[in-house]
Amino acid sequence: MNSTLEANIADCTSVSAQDYTPVARMRELQMQRLQAVVGRAWQQVKLFRTRMGERGLTPREIRTLEDVRKLPFTAKSDLRDTYPFGLFASPMKDVVRLHVSSGTTGKPIVVAYTKEDVDVWTSVMVRCLAGCGLHPGDIVQVAYGYGLFTGGLGAHYGAEALGATVVPTSGGNADRQIMLMKDFGVTAICCTPTYFLHLIDRAAELGVDMKELPLRAGVFGAEPWTDSMRKHIESMSRIEAFDIYGLSEIIGPGVGCECSRHDGLHIFEDHFYPEIVDPTTGETLPDGSEGELVLTTLSKQAMPMVRYRTRDITMIMPGRCECGRTLRRIARIGRRSDDMLIIRGVNVFPSQVEAALLQIEGTLPHYQIVLTREQGLDQMEVQVEVTPQMFTDKIGALQGLHDRLQGALDHVLGIRVEVALVEAYTIERSQGKAKRVIDRRAT
Amino acid sequence: MKIHQISLFVENKPGHIVAPARLLAKEGVDIRALYLADTKQYGILRMIVSDWEKAAHTLESHGFVVKVTDVLAIFVPDRPGGLADVLEALDGSGINIEYMYAFSDVRGDEAILILRFADTDAAIARLQAAGINLLASDELLK
Repeated sequence: MNSTLEANIADCTSVSAQDYTPVARMRELQMQRLQAVVGRAWQQVKLFRTRMGERGLTPREIRTLEDVRKLPFTAKSDLRDTYPFGLFASPMKDVVRLHVSSGTTGKPIVVAYTKEDVDVWTSVMVRCLAGCGLHPGDIVQVAYGYGLFTGGLGAHYGAEALGATVVPTSGGNADRQIMLMKDFGVTAICCTPTYFLHLIDRAAELGVDMKELPLRAGVFGAEPWTDSMRKHIESMSRIEAFDIYGLSEIIGPGVGCECSRHDGLHIFEDHFYPEIVDPTTGETLPDGSEGELVLTTLSKQAMPMVRYRTRDITMIMPGRCECGRTLRRIARIGRRSDDMLIIRGVNVFPSQVEAALLQIEGTLPHYQIVLTREQGLDQMEVQVEVTPQMFTDKIGALQGLHDRLQGALDHVLGIRVEVALVEAYTIERSQGKAKRVIDRRAT
Repeated sequence: MKIHQISLFVENKPGHIVAPARLLAKEGVDIRALYLADTKQYGILRMIVSDWEKAAHTLESHGFVVKVTDVLAIFVPDRPGGLADVLEALDGSGINIEYMYAFSDVRGDEAILILRFADTDAAIARLQAAGINLLASDELLK
């Protein structure tokens, strides 16, 4: 789609000025900020200081941007192992917000923000939305979940600071979403792409023609999606669909976003330093090579992340974007280097399912996760084989077991899943080991 | 007094009861009484069979999850009030019936009641004290 006049107006406003910083100036800024963040983490975070010590490193050894490669990685498991506050670099009195995301087991991970961190987050979200052609006067429906998940509040603060009118619908209740969209004349929506597909389907059922609405932009993220999905969305509605990237560990949504060229996602490099590494060896790879995205927060106060392993597979795209931004771009993310699943925008690890089953049963029954998509919405079913230990001749007791499993999974995963008790030996085993995930979602 | 009942887990899908029935038939095991407790997703098939050990072994060796539990069997006169008389004997005892099912015996004018108690021994004592006749397994299976 062509960039709109509005997009050009927004791009020229002061909110996006940082996007056009000359490269040499940007590298200088990154260098200064890298040294500051490494110094801060070294002083305040015990785990980081220990890891630096093991490598015989002190912040003084970080003299150039390339020296970032000497620094130790941070993994999601580090957030779990130091749960809840072990990686904080600010005292709690300076922390104004905590968000929670999925860990790889039963325990979640916690992320913290100072007032300055929230302001940075808001500023990058403003730059994302401006890059998507949004401006004051837009009516923005934020249909990401509000609460512990960073999606809702991140988009909300950004849209408000941009000067748009925010309709904070949060997730769920498609009929109401469509009614408000229509009645309020909503011009832009922020949600997961699959949720928007669901809204398209539901609107058709309700006799609402999406193409008749003033809705002209969709900022979609929190899960990987494809160009074919974009084509479908854009053919079923009259919107321009943008891909936005982010993760709670780094800040939330707003780490990167597409511009009107739709040719990769610009990373807000003044705050997040991107590297691509070989997921196996950890070696840094040159631009244009596919590998795992590693991010370092350059300005985060409450919880600096040094070389955080995102597990997202992408590449840094060589060359400059036609939009004129100097910010480097990553290619759209299609897969991950671990077994994380993204269900309705929520991160789910099979190991979390195991933890929940173990918690109820004491032993691990054979199980399988089956993912399907109904009317654009992801559905997750956990099939659990009934073992002699679990089985009883009383239907109430069996129903109780079912409900306990369901409750434990809902609690650990934070999303609604269906539990199905199935007959023993009915889940297919390959080489003695059950295939844990069957993904029947077509994209 | 105590009768061994076989229960097995079956998914609530077409064809899922045929397999165990066929297996028992092959082994020459006769199903004397049967009751299916079901939910939308799955069911529990409860059976009184001519040879519970053989039945349990056969089903387990074919991958079924089997549970053997003790139940009581009572002859009830097949007339109005027959069931009420038995249940009244338990009134006020605090003995809880987990579930029950009944079938009438075409050979006579009596119905057979199968009862599963949380505390089987307490139920036996109470029912016998009330003069209620409990069937032994050879009587039930003859």
